[in-house]
Parts: sequence; C-alpha cells; structure tokens
Amino acid sequence: MSNSKSVSIDKICIGEVAPGCRKVDPILIADGVKRQFGGLTAVDVAHVEIPRGLITALIGPNGAGKTTFFNLLTGFDKPNQGNWSFEGQNLAGMSPYKVARLGMIRTFQLTKALSLLTVIENMRLGAQKQPGESFLTSLIRPLWIRREKEITEVADTLLKRFKLDAKREDYAASLSGGQRKLLEMARALMSEPKLIMLDEPMAGVNPALTQSLLDHIKDLKSNGTTVLFVEHDMHMVRHISDWVIVMAEGKVVAEGPPSTVMKDQAVIDAYLGAHHDTDLGTMSKPASTRSKKGDTK
Amino acid sequence: MDILNILKLALGEMLSPTTITFVLCALGLAVHFGFTGLLNFGQAAFAAVGAYGMVISIDTLKLPLFLAVLMGLLCSIIFALILGIPTLRLRADYLAIVTIATAEVFRYFMTTIGFSKVTGGSNGLSQFGAEFWALNPIPEGNYNFGFVSYRADQLYVFMVGWGAVIIGALILRLLMRSPWGRVLKGIREDEDAVRSLGKNVFFYKLQALMIGGVFASIGGMIFVLNLSNVQPQVWTTNFTFTIWSVLLLGGAATILGPIAGGMIFIALISITQGIMGGLVELGLLPFLTQPDIAQIRLLLIGLSLMLLVIFRPQGLFGNKRETQFNV
Ligand SMILES: Nc1ncnc2c1ncn2[C@@H]1O[C@H](COP(=O)(O)OP(=O)(O)OP(=O)(O)O)[C@@H](O)[C@H]1O
Ligand SMILES: [Mg+2]
Repeated sequence: MSNSKSVSIDKICIGEVAPGCRKVDPILIADGVKRQFGGLTAVDVAHVEIPRGLITALIGPNGAGKTTFFNLLTGFDKPNQGNWSFEGQNLAGMSPYKVARLGMIRTFQLTKALSLLTVIENMRLGAQKQPGESFLTSLIRPLWIRREKEITEVADTLLKRFKLDAKREDYAASLSGGQRKLLEMARALMSEPKLIMLDEPMAGVNPALTQSLLDHIKDLKSNGTTVLFVEHDMHMVRHISDWVIVMAEGKVVAEGPPSTVMKDQAVIDAYLGAHHDTDLGTMSKPASTRSKKGDTK
Repeated sequence: MDILNILKLALGEMLSPTTITFVLCALGLAVHFGFTGLLNFGQAAFAAVGAYGMVISIDTLKLPLFLAVLMGLLCSIIFALILGIPTLRLRADYLAIVTIATAEVFRYFMTTIGFSKVTGGSNGLSQFGAEFWALNPIPEGNYNFGFVSYRADQLYVFMVGWGAVIIGALILRLLMRSPWGRVLKGIREDEDAVRSLGKNVFFYKLQALMIGGVFASIGGMIFVLNLSNVQPQVWTTNFTFTIWSVLLLGGAATILGPIAGGMIFIALISITQGIMGGLVELGLLPFLTQPDIAQIRLLLIGLSLMLLVIFRPQGLFGNKRETQFNV
C-alpha cells in the first residue's frame, strides 16, 4: 500500500535515521524552537529539517504541538527562543506576510475562508504579483487587468481540480465545511509556493475527493513543490508521504520513512500510551474521530 | 400644518451642505468599516482635523486656498498615521478606543485658551472664507428650479460639494472593484488568512484609515467653508454617531449607500421636525413643547435605526445575499 515510487532513505537523510537527523537537501531547518504557554511547553523542537521536493507528514497525538509549530514557522506566533531558516534565509522574527512571499504558504486547521468574498475572489486573492493590489495602480485598470486574467485562468483550473467550479460565483460563506477546506488549499496553491504547509487538509473531506486531492498533492511534488502536512489519517500518511516526522508533547520523537516510523516503539507509545503492541500502520481510520476538527468556524 | 412646505423643506435639506458633509464622512467610514472592518469612532475628528488644518493654514500661515486644502488633507493623513501606527497591529477594539478618545482630546485641545491665538479657542475662527467665496463663478442673483430657489452662493457650495461627492464616489468605485479593494475586503473577513497569502495587512489597514480620513476631512472643509466659520463644539461624538447612523442606514459595504443614506437621514430629520412642530402648534401634543421636539425626534430616529439594523442589517442599499450569512 505504501508509496510505490518511494525515495530511498540515503537520498533523503544523511547518516542514521533518527529524530532531528540531517537531510541531504533541506528546504527548512529549525533549531531549538521553543514555545511555552504559561507553564506548558507546547513546542520544544531541538532540531528538525524538512527535505526539499518531497512530501513530509507531521504527525502526533492531539495537543502534540503540530499546529503551534506551524504557527511559529510561519510567523503567526513568536517562540520563546529558537531559529529557523527557509532556503538558507533566516525567518526568525519575520512577519507572516513576508514568510508567505518567500514562497512558504500555510493553511489553517480551523479553516479561514473569506466568507463574504465569492469563491473566485478568494482564489484571486491567493495570487502574488498582482500590480492592482497597490493603491495607485489599482485606479488604472489597464495596468492590472491582464494579470487579473492570468490569475483568473489559474484559479479556474484549480477550482475545477478541487471540484469547486460550480461554486465559482457563490460566497465562501455558503460552502460546507469540507468545501471550505478545499477552497483554502486551492487558494494557497494560487501563488505556486515552494513549500506548502497544510494543517489537516483532509479533515472533513469526503473519501472520493480525498483520492483526487492526494493525486493533486503528488502532482505538486512532481512539479517541484515541497509539501509538509499535518494529518491524523494514517492511511493518507502512508499513502503519499516520503517522510514522516512524529511529534509528541512538543518534541520530535521519531522520524523516518512511513513504513518504518509506524512501527517505531516511541511512536506507538506516543499515540497509544505504553503497554500496547498495535502496529500503527494497520490502524484503521474511523472517519468520525478525524472529521471533528477543522470544520468549526 | 403645511405638508407641502414640510416636504419642500426636506427636499431642500437633502442637498444641503450638511448633507454633503455627512455623505463624505460616511463614505470615508464605509472605507474604514464597510470595506476594511476598521472600527473608527472618531470620524468627527478626521473631519475636524481637515477643517482646522485648512482654516489655520489660511488664517495663520496665510496660504492660498488651494494649498490650504492640501494642508488639510495632509493633516488628516498624518492624523491617520498617528492613530493607526500604534493600534492597527493590535486587535480591532483598540482602534475603536483610541479613535473615540483622541477625537475628544482633539476637540478639547481646540477649545484650550493657551492656543486660542491659532485655533480660535472655543469661539473658533471665521476670517478665512474670502478666497473661497471670491472663486464663485456663478453671477449674483436667485435661481429658480421649479419650487426651490437658490442664491448664487448656495449654488456654488452645492456644485463644489456634490462635485466632490461624485468624484469621490467614482474613485471609491474604482478602488473597491480593483484587486486593492479585494485585499481590503479580505482583511475585513479574516486578516490572518490574508496575511497567510502574503499581503501586508498592516499597511493596507493604514492606507484604508488614511483614505477614509481624507474623505471625512473634505467633508469637514466643505462644512466650515459653507458657514465661513469653524467651531470646536461641532465635532462631538454625536457627530460621529450621526455618521455611523447614515452609514448603517444606507449600507456599510456600498458606495451608493452612504450617499443615499445621508440624504434620507437628513430628510427624515427635517420631516419629523416639521410634522411634530406642526402637531405641537396645533395643540395635538399637549405634553410637548417646541424645544422637546429636537430630542424626541432623535429618539425616534435612534429607534428606527435599531429596527433597521435588526431587520435589515445590510442597510437600505446593501446586498441582501451578502448579509444572509451574517455570523
Ligand atoms: N494560544 C494558546 N494558549 C495556550 N495554550 C495553547 C495555545 N495554543 C496551543 N496551546 C496548547 O499547546 C499544545 C499544543 O497545541 P497544538 O494546537 O499545537 O496541538 P496539535 O498538535 O496541533 O493538536 P491537534 O492534532 O489536536 O490539532 C496544547 O496542549 C494546547 O493546549
Ligand atoms: Mg493542530
């Protein structure tokens, strides 16, 4: 069942596969990133590297600190300490919009559709380099209308792919929870990011569509986009990821290719508590437990 | 009671300089609140800053009118920066608190005796209108339009004022249909989402605050030019809330809304005044005296606004579909 064209380990990782191991070609490197909420240490990542051009899954039980880690990396939250860099550029202290402009785009676990904008306007907003977004240029339509057409074309292609083309002119507020997730992901892709960070992209999306989205994520990879995603659905993790990073209680407790990570004792402990000998790879995916999150407004 | 006369009066009021001022301030507030989601409760101060900026430039700096107007605009932009830079990175409510407080501080400052050489103190200033009136191209005399007639100076103010409204509205229309306007609307819906798409949200909010402030300051200038008089006690929180009423009446996220809202609001005030005045005169409202009417009238308007916001939250001219999802 696992990814058929899996990349061999020594092409991803230098030396022994272990939590925080160095990568052959990292796109994102985080060092000593720590975030405390009062007495609670939500994130305490000593060292982690995300391999370029691959699909990496970030997994871990509820409250492991995955979302907080995303927030820190993208500038939406400030760590107590730590450094991280994207393509060699230091990101610590950088504001979220600048991070996004570098080509590192994230989505949110709690979906952020722009309710009173239409679906197509949501999509257009995701595009970069629209001269009409600066005040003076915006007044002169000929200066931005051509770019607007290009943007709209890209948007329509993506909408079709995400099965949202019928909703093009509707307000995002009228979409269902799953559709909003899709819209957010499609919108994030508008800027052709170098690294896309998806926080539970499949939560609440119906299984039939999941398959087509997984294919889309694989396409992204073949176009050179790096994907980092958080997901509780082990099936999806096994199916599309080249690399899995496991967090528990704020720390990276394991990483490696999906087939081995799921059997890792530390991972099983993190998920199921000690004294348990289930293989996570065989864990089924009860739809009801995983669609709870992400739909709330 | 002369119903026809009451209606005539109302019709006249609908185009009056006061209406123009309300409309311009409400258009500015539409940029702030309706399109960007900024809670500005100091629109009176933006108008006042523009008005005082212009008047003091004429009165103290002896600048020609054209430059003085530019100074007024510049003042309102600087005012927006002063209010915006510390607050726009924070939660929305901070701007609300700071604007309402700053507006009051500004008004008190203008009444302070210490600076009255420049500001005119609580008496205000009135020696600045000469150049404005001298520019009036319309020959002296009375001009009849069916049942209303205007003097040349009144016509002049209409032309300048409504000209400003029309040009302003057209510019807003261009802006709000552009990608720039799309970013503003995105910020209104969810600023973190817009940030995650690589837009400098803070800068857009600052721009919106400045542009809305410029509209208000033009409104303020026309108000004081028409009266040839600027006084601090005009620019109260009452003024601000009137502007909010106009905006909500017409529809916050529209351009036509504030314009029509301003006219209807003024007409309502004028008609209720006329009718109730008439009723009191006829002795039909024995428990009321003429001075009470102004108060009761505002009460009625407040009540109808509450009903409007409850039953038609998009305003008279807002998009119904858009508010079906009000959360
Ligand atoms: N703003 C906050 N204030 C206080 N505590 C927080 C805050 N955000 C997160 N936490 C805490 O930090 C920990 C990590 O939360 P986080 O949302 O990162 O978990 P997660 O791994 O994304 O979980 P899930 O899989 O349920 O989404 C949790 O214990 C949470 O209670
Ligand atoms: Mg999470």
